Amino acid sequence: MSILVVMEQRAGEWNRMSFETLAAAQQLAGELKTAAAAAVLGSGVDALATELAGKQLDKVHVVEHPLLAEYTPDAYSNALRQLLAHVQPDYVLFPHTYQVRDFLPKIATAMGKVAVSDVVGHKVDDDGLVLVRQLFQGKVNVDVRFAGDAPHFASLQAGAWRADQLAAGSAAVEKFAPSIEASAIRTKPGERFRESARAVDLSAAELIVAVGRGIKEADNIPLVQELADTIGAELAASRPICDAGWLPMERQVGSSGQTVGPKMYMAIGISGAIQHLVGMKGARTIVAINKDPNAPIFEVADYGIVGDLFQVVPALIEAFKKAR
Amino acid sequence: MKIVVAIKQVPARDSQLRIASSGQWIDEEDLTHEINEPDAYALEEGLQLKEKHGGEVVALCFGAARAAQTIREALAKGADRAIHIEEDNPGAHDPLAAARLMAAALQSESPDLVLTGLQSDDLGYGQTGPILAELLGLPHATIIMEVEKLDASIRVKRELEDGWFQHVEMPLPALLTIQSGISKLRYATLMGIKKAKTKEIRRLTPESLSAGNTAPSIRLERVYLPERAKNTQLFEGTPAEAAAKLVEKLKFEARVI
Repeated sequence: MSILVVMEQRAGEWNRMSFETLAAAQQLAGELKTAAAAAVLGSGVDALATELAGKQLDKVHVVEHPLLAEYTPDAYSNALRQLLAHVQPDYVLFPHTYQVRDFLPKIATAMGKVAVSDVVGHKVDDDGLVLVRQLFQGKVNVDVRFAGDAPHFASLQAGAWRADQLAAGSAAVEKFAPSIEASAIRTKPGERFRESARAVDLSAAELIVAVGRGIKEADNIPLVQELADTIGAELAASRPICDAGWLPMERQVGSSGQTVGPKMYMAIGISGAIQHLVGMKGARTIVAINKDPNAPIFEVADYGIVGDLFQVVPALIEAFKKAR
Repeated sequence: MKIVVAIKQVPARDSQLRIASSGQWIDEEDLTHEINEPDAYALEEGLQLKEKHGGEVVALCFGAARAAQTIREALAKGADRAIHIEEDNPGAHDPLAAARLMAAALQSESPDLVLTGLQSDDLGYGQTGPILAELLGLPHATIIMEVEKLDASIRVKRELEDGWFQHVEMPLPALLTIQSGISKLRYATLMGIKKAKTKEIRRLTPESLSAGNTAPSIRLERVYLPERAKNTQLFEGTPAEAAAKLVEKLKFEARVI
């Protein structure tokens, strides 16, 4: 039995989530009494391989090809399939990044498999490995088991394992040269870009009041703005609010927006879907105001009020003013 | 341009969920259902592309009989016709099995473009699109914010992490998964609702489709409400009382204000 972690890099820079997956693989290897190896795909990634060689791993596979310099789903899944045929791992783990979401289902399908995506935890029992993932935007959990022959594919959610628990060691580096035809790559990727310079840097804010779907309509936003102003907090939002144009995109917190770590994060009418939680769960104190007691936001909240925000927020504004 | 939009019916977003007595799924009995939100945006994108470039929009849905309501709504918004793969227990199919049925249903369609939402609000695998692309042999791109049709190809804006984007070009036919918020959703008009009643819905059963079968590679073992990892202090009473207690804690315990 063996575990292979597929690390993610771009232009010689790691996607740091990869190290959380690497830590998870080391932990799983211990529990399943097997060894973990890592793979890095790209062009000119020797320095990255050397860094991996200093971790407690069985082996580091360097998959080098000029056509892997830029990510395309065709080249990546082609190269990775060749590596899997060579290494024959039982479990193949990925960080649940946007890129992995793009190509992992493709490889799994080509091999007749279903990947368990966005895993938040695991257990090992007599029958082997159980993976935990979330359903219904985090309201419900499900235990998933692999069936059938290896390889088994899974991607791990950001923040579910801790990269600082990575064990050091010494691993052999092995080069692997896949054969990839330029003509088999159907998509042409362009340069990465950002829409505009961010005028609002939420990552520096000490206090944040964030608003979600519960606010119901644009006309109600000033209520939350007033709350933020009362305590001198920055106003932020979950994605749907920015999608609807009720607040500018630069105020969005979550996987596609900003990652914040304020002294206090107050979530108003935000249910707490995974995509939002990854952007704010590093806050020192988290407060949730929500009418649904089962909303996943309460899983990360230190303090909470279950109730109608249209009654609670005005009461809070008054209470904050009194506390001055 | 022939555009197929794969849509799914899911429990309404604000549903209070209870675990079914089997422990295998939630109790869907008393829930109201609606179109999966990202799929609504995929449908909107399909309709807008048709308005710009002509052609046809076909809604494809794998779901229980009650999904007919969601399909009618798609037709009322402007889809030209629909294909409903009807199955009492769609949840018993893993994403690969479901996509195999959809791919089989599309055999005779040869679409130029297949669109779907980036993920479902219920299972949330976020895989149906890329799986379907692989089964249909199409190039794909995920989490798309903009679609521009060129001569025999498309140029799309793909969302990356941390506010980054990237343009990607690919030949048609192709498959895209659409991000929520790509545009403003339209409402069905009265005329649209009326017209929808006469539009074709082709009903298929999984048995009637030669989708091929392989042993499932994952098994959902147990569904449960998450145990709370954190001990949240909840404040009760009237809004004023709860607010006062919360502010006191923030001031004297957490010391954040």
